[in-house]
Amino acid sequence: MTFKSNLGISPKSLGLSRVVIDPSLLLLTVTVCCIGLVVLYSATNESDALLARQSVRFAVAFIAFLMASQVSPDSLRLWAPWIFCLALGLLLLLMAMGSASQGANRWLDFGVFQFQPSELMKLAVPMAVAWFMSERRLPPTLGQLLVLLSIVLVPTLIIADQPDLGTAVLVLAAGTLTIVLAGIGLRVLLGAVFAAAVSVPLLWNYMLPYQRSRVFTFFNPESDPLGAGYNIIQSKIALGSGGLFGKGWLNGTQAHLEFLPESSTDFIFAVMGEEFGLLGLLFLLILYLALVARGLYISSQAQDTFTRLLAGGLSLTFFFYVFVNAGMVCGLLPVVGVPLPLVSAGGTSMVTLMVGFGMLAAINGHRKLLAP
Amino acid sequence: MDSNILLKDHQSETRLFLSRLMIAAFFVLMLMVLLIGRLIQLQIIDYQRFSELSQGNRLRIEPLPPTRGLVFDRNGVLLAENLPTWQLVMIPEEIEDLENTLVGLEALGLTNFIEHQEIIDLVRSRRDFERVQLRNLSEADASRFAVRRHQFPGVDIQEGLIRYYPFGAIGAHTIGYVGSISPEDLKRIDRSNYAGTSQIGRSGIERSYEQSLHGEVGYRQQVVNAQGRILLDPTSSRLESTTELSQNNLETKWPVPGDNLILGLDVRLQLVAQEAMVGFRGAAIAIEPKTGDVLTLVSVPSFDPNRFTVGLSRADFTILDSDPDHPLFNRAIAGTYPPGSTVKPFFGIAALKEKAIDPVHREMCPGFFSLPGDTHRYRDWKIEGHGPMDLHDALVQSCDVFFYQVALSLGIDRLGESLENFGFGSTTGLDVVGEGRGIVPSREWKKKNFSRREDQVWFPGETLITGIGQGFALVTPLQLAHASAVLGTHGKRFKPRLVIGTQEGVNGQSVWFEPEELKGPADVESEYYQKIHQAMLGVTEETAGTGHNAMLGTPYRVAGKTGTAQVFSLAQEEEYDEESIDERLRDHALFVAFAPAEDPEIAVAVVVENGGNSGTAATVARKMLDAFLLGVDRAPRQP
Repeated sequence: MTFKSNLGISPKSLGLSRVVIDPSLLLLTVTVCCIGLVVLYSATNESDALLARQSVRFAVAFIAFLMASQVSPDSLRLWAPWIFCLALGLLLLLMAMGSASQGANRWLDFGVFQFQPSELMKLAVPMAVAWFMSERRLPPTLGQLLVLLSIVLVPTLIIADQPDLGTAVLVLAAGTLTIVLAGIGLRVLLGAVFAAAVSVPLLWNYMLPYQRSRVFTFFNPESDPLGAGYNIIQSKIALGSGGLFGKGWLNGTQAHLEFLPESSTDFIFAVMGEEFGLLGLLFLLILYLALVARGLYISSQAQDTFTRLLAGGLSLTFFFYVFVNAGMVCGLLPVVGVPLPLVSAGGTSMVTLMVGFGMLAAINGHRKLLAP
Repeated sequence: MDSNILLKDHQSETRLFLSRLMIAAFFVLMLMVLLIGRLIQLQIIDYQRFSELSQGNRLRIEPLPPTRGLVFDRNGVLLAENLPTWQLVMIPEEIEDLENTLVGLEALGLTNFIEHQEIIDLVRSRRDFERVQLRNLSEADASRFAVRRHQFPGVDIQEGLIRYYPFGAIGAHTIGYVGSISPEDLKRIDRSNYAGTSQIGRSGIERSYEQSLHGEVGYRQQVVNAQGRILLDPTSSRLESTTELSQNNLETKWPVPGDNLILGLDVRLQLVAQEAMVGFRGAAIAIEPKTGDVLTLVSVPSFDPNRFTVGLSRADFTILDSDPDHPLFNRAIAGTYPPGSTVKPFFGIAALKEKAIDPVHREMCPGFFSLPGDTHRYRDWKIEGHGPMDLHDALVQSCDVFFYQVALSLGIDRLGESLENFGFGSTTGLDVVGEGRGIVPSREWKKKNFSRREDQVWFPGETLITGIGQGFALVTPLQLAHASAVLGTHGKRFKPRLVIGTQEGVNGQSVWFEPEELKGPADVESEYYQKIHQAMLGVTEETAGTGHNAMLGTPYRVAGKTGTAQVFSLAQEEEYDEESIDERLRDHALFVAFAPAEDPEIAVAVVVENGGNSGTAATVARKMLDAFLLGVDRAPRQP
């Protein structure tokens, strides 16, 4: 029973001998996206133009999803290190260009379209981690762990330096969650937590008073109502005033009086909470949970280390997105610029997410093809 | 076999992976429960409260800027205060067309076209709900705007405080001034702490003590309707609408006012000194030798800092900034001058310490000095020469030839070292920014600072002229005053300081800072200080002394030293004629002193640019010493 093809691209995977479609993933993502469009229409004050633009992004993202579903996991594994190197190279290129022009340095402009290498990293890092462990025994040894950590930390630090804290956190999470799935021992995990706990007061000692106050407000935004706390205070009012049933579609006052900042992007969860209430949010969260559950199931059924780790890592990262955004909006977590997956306005992260789901579908679909 | 092992690994790995996956799934569920719990708390439990807050009204958070700390002199005289004023403010989120608004304001004479881009940048760089203060208004401007306020949605006038310096140009360089916060400032300051504040320290104490003076911002939550009208304000029990909101829902945090600062400055002395310097360019500094407190710090010409607080127009600033006399430049701490003969006491100490001279031996001064084997004549300021000179007489009469000899026997390295021992060549550590370092020349310095190889060589002639404070050596007036204070205390060195204490804004509790003692010059025996001390007394008390005329008849004893620093080099046989030389090329006049000589309470340094004769500087110093030691015969001019 050999399931390793020496050819990177098998004729089966590229040929149309069988088209892989995962109905449950497709149905769930389409539903979430449609909910997103409905909420977005309200959050943008009923702007048809923005709605149309977001719809086009969905279309592009779904095509990307379907295309990614057709790529066999074996090819993914062979490409993984190269995709990672490509993404890292682009990040370094951006860094060099950025320091030369002193300008914004997240985007590579190709004229027709713009491209954020940090988005590619969100997929490349878990792929690279899964690839590295695919040839080795689980759990990783301490030496291997160091390699894995550098695979995760190098891009994270470059992205954080751009500075794009939100994406950096997501890349860090994608890599770390995949490593955890690879089975680091409990002792190593505890050791890391202990090291972090020790280094925090040390770091704190070396910080200047104003830096301390920044860190403090980062974790406690409400202590700074004139700064970061403003968004949180407003989003809590939006959520809270929605109650159980919500004020009804297009009736949210916080968002419509343009009182809630970033209502169509990072804080769209609050708009939904205001207009559709707790019930609406529960429905959305259950859909998200179903997507995560499907991903974890695919991961549990996968047959080799690479696909397991990749599927598991991608699913958990997706949940991480949801939790960080929702947690931020309702004041549980610090304010980091992380959009609500598949719902917030904005195209790049949506394409990345849908390609991720495409990979999940492929892992599942191709397993069935190859299984005896 | 191989496949067997692989298979076995495979199974254990599967178990391991599935167990991790189960743990992960468990965490996912737990976090989801946490999230839903939080949503229930917000949307069910606190529903009533949030619902009220959102009831068609908006919650506005208004910053309450802190009151800036005051500045006092050592006797409690107010040097910087806050006066009520009218301010023109913008609320970006309520403005419909920023550019049109600005054009309208310009028509009213409230803004200037060339500042518009700056205002646009400033408004855009602030958050939408933050009030941006554009400028302070005069009474007339305020009423002119008030009539037409309805034409400018999003623009308003509000009461505020403006910084005011009662003494105007007196001590302006020391106290500094505040100016409008620029977009560049916003990048480096804690923005939320400056919400509602329009001005920030730009120079002097105002800049260096910005953090203490500023205080901490407060805020209040107000309920306003969609038009921005305040419906509920917890700080002013004003309740104008039928809203059902209760005050309990609104928070107020009062601002913490900035600390008051108490300076070591004596404004009466400052006044006298600055008046004595009127018409000159230069600096005058007085330091208390036993503490390092700066009693007076004059830089002339000066400027009126009050012009900056009302919002100096760009054009006015350019005029002030491009004035050839540089009134904004703080000569007292940043200006560097050749020290001239004022360095001789320090070289005298070095010569005694290194046993380079015999204190009782007299050397003949023929009016010039030549290096062995060289015909070049290094001239004395007295053409005919001083006759036989020992160290005492050489200092009293400021004999150059004697100090050429001293310089030659000490060599440039030891000369430089002796200057550094007294604090030259590095900042003294004064507590405001902008201090100059000056230059203590050495072989190494020359190598580093000249690019051409042939210029990097140190010549013996350069050692000679260093001995009389000419050549490459440069000092700041502050360094001179500091070093003479060290002579006065016979080696005890205190870090110069402006602020000697603070007073907390809230409860008025004062904290006094201890003087900070620095390491004094190494290995100088007190008898050497004594010798120099006597010679410096001779400068003012002996008839031949160069400072004799200026200090005639003082009821206290003054130890001093004159100096003239060449700005313009004379050819070998040319004669210096003050009348025929362009004013800007005349010699700088310098004078350093401490008094009363037996127990110094004050050390001064005066530099008058192009003052010609050192007597010019000594006269200023005399007025300062009289004022401080005998008392000012008139009260400080109250504006």
